[in-house]
Amino acid sequence: MGVTGNPTSINQGTRTKGGIGESTLRPDGILKVTGEFAYSSDMWHEDMLWGHTLRSTVAHAEIVSIDTSEALATSGVYAVLTYDDLPSTVKNYGLEIQDTPVLAHGKVRHHGEPVALVAADHPETARRAAAKIRIDYRELPVITDEASATAPDAILVHEGRDDHHAEHVPHPNIVHRQPIVRGDADAAAARADVVVSGEYVFGMQDQAFLGPESGLAVPAEDGGVDLYVATQWLHSDLRQIAPVLGLPEDKVRMTLSGVGGAFGGREDLSMQIHACLLALRTGKPVKIVYNRFESFFGHVHRHPAKLWYEHGATRDGKLTHMKCRIVLDGGAYASASPAVVGNASSLSVGPYVIDDVDIEAIALYTNNPPCGAMRGFGAVQACFAYEAQMDKLAAELGMDPVEFRQLNAMEQGTLLPTGQVVDSPAPVAELLRRVKAMPLPPERQWEVAGEQADVRALPGGLSNTTHGEGVVRGIGYAVGLKNVGFSEGFDDYSTARVRMEVVAGEPVATVHTAMAEVGQGGVTVHAQIARTELGVSQVTIHPADTQVGSAGSTSASRQTYVTGGAVKHSCEAVREKVLEIGRRKFGTYHPAWATAELLLEGGKVVTDGGEVLADLVDVLEDEAVDIELEWRHRPTEAFDLRTGQGNGHVQYSFAAHRAVVEVDTELGLVKVVELACAQDVGKALNPLSVVGQIQGGTTQGLGVAVMEEIIVDPKTAKVRNPSFTDYLIPTILDTPTVPVDVLELADDHAPYGLRGVGEAPTLSSTPAVLAAIRNATGLELNRTPVRPEHLTGT
Amino acid sequence: MRVNFTVNGRRHEADDVWEGESLLYVLRERMGLPGSKNACEQGECGSCTVRLDGVPVCSCLVAAGQVEGREVVTVEGLADFATHRAEQHPGSGCASGACGTALDKARRWEAGPSGEESRETGELSPIQQAFIDAGAVQCGFCTPGLLVAADELLERNPEPSDADIREALSGNLCRCTGYEKILDAVRLAAARAEETV
Repeated sequence: MGVTGNPTSINQGTRTKGGIGESTLRPDGILKVTGEFAYSSDMWHEDMLWGHTLRSTVAHAEIVSIDTSEALATSGVYAVLTYDDLPSTVKNYGLEIQDTPVLAHGKVRHHGEPVALVAADHPETARRAAAKIRIDYRELPVITDEASATAPDAILVHEGRDDHHAEHVPHPNIVHRQPIVRGDADAAAARADVVVSGEYVFGMQDQAFLGPESGLAVPAEDGGVDLYVATQWLHSDLRQIAPVLGLPEDKVRMTLSGVGGAFGGREDLSMQIHACLLALRTGKPVKIVYNRFESFFGHVHRHPAKLWYEHGATRDGKLTHMKCRIVLDGGAYASASPAVVGNASSLSVGPYVIDDVDIEAIALYTNNPPCGAMRGFGAVQACFAYEAQMDKLAAELGMDPVEFRQLNAMEQGTLLPTGQVVDSPAPVAELLRRVKAMPLPPERQWEVAGEQADVRALPGGLSNTTHGEGVVRGIGYAVGLKNVGFSEGFDDYSTARVRMEVVAGEPVATVHTAMAEVGQGGVTVHAQIARTELGVSQVTIHPADTQVGSAGSTSASRQTYVTGGAVKHSCEAVREKVLEIGRRKFGTYHPAWATAELLLEGGKVVTDGGEVLADLVDVLEDEAVDIELEWRHRPTEAFDLRTGQGNGHVQYSFAAHRAVVEVDTELGLVKVVELACAQDVGKALNPLSVVGQIQGGTTQGLGVAVMEEIIVDPKTAKVRNPSFTDYLIPTILDTPTVPVDVLELADDHAPYGLRGVGEAPTLSSTPAVLAAIRNATGLELNRTPVRPEHLTGT
Repeated sequence: MRVNFTVNGRRHEADDVWEGESLLYVLRERMGLPGSKNACEQGECGSCTVRLDGVPVCSCLVAAGQVEGREVVTVEGLADFATHRAEQHPGSGCASGACGTALDKARRWEAGPSGEESRETGELSPIQQAFIDAGAVQCGFCTPGLLVAADELLERNPEPSDADIREALSGNLCRCTGYEKILDAVRLAAARAEETV
């Protein structure tokens, strides 16, 4: 099915083995299976200390006093730092808006905000010393939702805002607002034969990457610091870290250590500045490793959202209009909230043709945990709501939900609500057709002839709660629309340095980028690109660090496109240089050097007709070609602040899901039996990795459909379930088979025609599961995740 | 306190161990064996799974003092452990070396041409090789625990059904893969063992 499990698939564009299109294996695979791969929490240094962060126990309070004397007097403690110890005039950081204090100053704005740091010779000593720091809080009322944030007498989460969104927002407790208006939604509504509306609630999801926030800061003799961390974007970290340390950027040297997953949760800083501060203060290497409890407080989460939607359609099933209002809870600090608003608003229509729309999206400042980037980023919340609307409309019209979607599906040439034309393939109807055409899993698979039911295949699983009584099957479909890359006019470039030389008698390419490999397999793909472009079999991937230009973030499904594009671009420049050397040395021996199209293949210079002109070893001899270049995709524009018009996005990504569920209607337990996916990837540079991304993204969507939610107490704004005991992510028992059908329709604007892969499957997975549960139970279910009480009404 | 125990067939001794330290902490921070991972330290994720006298345990939930005089196998020793098991019980599993890969290659951090890794001879256990070949490794943080758990499953059940695999690995969380390729890897290792018998 598709390209699944076909390691020797198509080999286009190269006769060099291991190039693009092949399922080459990960270069870090062996280290990862032997336990030798060095993750950020595995770093060790002689004489190193352990850092620990003391975090606020309340969500919103003035800090009356802090007494660190007892902690400082503890044996084994080397330093205790508070706001007053910060070395620079710059005290805040942030991805876009610098509103996040390195350590709390006078006030805490959310539960778990960092207040003080301790360095000690043992992690337990540091923890116990931190517990001896006395903080006197004067608690303030908490702001937890739109009503409390925008009430006339609401306390401002941030006083005196001067960021560039402050001027255009209707209230200082709104981070950013983006309306999008196109056509005339009210006039179009008059043409509708059927109108449906609904209010939808999306819970707060956690990235739950397994490798906790961690790293090692080593003070250097030049007064600077060397930092080894797990992050998604080294240069963005550097830009935020250096000013707070009072150091120039070249004195903060960052190296990427092993990253145990990210999913957006490592876009913001966590322990980076804290470890550097402690290292510079003590003059010793300092390691910080969060445990899972702290990790839940140490990174931003996916924005929970309230979404109100209205759609209309004519009796023959054509959409007339859409109105929506999306309220995202950004929590106490801005993080990526403005960009999440941009995505939620501009993608709120989904992959459908609707000419008349009236859209508004806002993100709030509240005292809830800060929310920011997570896989799907604003588009996930909208997809959950508009897909529920599509099913409602189909039901009202008495139409098949897939046919109704296909009738209104976007295609190449469709105009988005932002006025941007979708100018590459948009096979929405085809993806739905493919996912629907997959064979359905057999009914009642738990039945074993002559024996008791295999409870492992039933809702409730090994809890043995049913042997099939009260179990009902349902099927649901969904499709989504995600942008690829950083949008809204951001200069979304990447940099690659490529070197080619002869080592031990063989031509070898070295690829050096600052791309954060977080598990997605970028390092595999970079080597494949170098082989394809340079015709070598040996490729070395240099560790990612800040000694090379920025690669941008491992976010927004962008790295294969943008850093992959940069590697390709630099390889092309290296190839030109190599051919130049070849012409200089051998040009007089063969006219083809001057006249033919020349390629590098299998370690040789060949003509496009396949004639070998020279061996790369002879061309290069002792010479090394070494080129570092930036590469950019085509530019985007900001959205107009009043109308939302603008060519804001680079590329789109589409996936469709079919979910099959079985629901124990008596206990409200759901078993997802199968979650089939069809996705267009433009070009699968590494089919095995592509399928892995789709299955992983699908499973995260399943998680937020039936189990994953950070529960925040609405009275106190405190997090109630910061552990893997109480915040559940899917286990292998919860996760069904995920058959994948990969479509490859090239986007001519992108390198090799590829399309970003990672996020799209996270969009449609959740609404497909919800649709299947609705199909099984007949319930409306306007919130996710669905919990047993929502199904049983108890 | 001082703690003595055997790790991957070698006697180890750790001094100045605080009584509250876990086996995981002692392995990672005192014995230079960071392969067992610290994803939750709450006994929920399985990434710190090791064999303690043959039984898979979450090493974060075992106090170091409890391990005095006992035998531990971690992911770092999995290849040797599999080889030793194969010598004791010839014919079970693929420990003849015919399906492993040289560790030297790993240290060089280079991507070989497609498929080369799986054809070289060397020192990976069958389950380790199967995880690489099946694409079951992404970020890799859950991998060590899953390998120890999957190896133990195949030791006691060489031909597991999908439901058996799911049940045996249900204590090991993975956030990247969606588990499908982990299932593939265990099936692959079981099938290869079957072929060599």
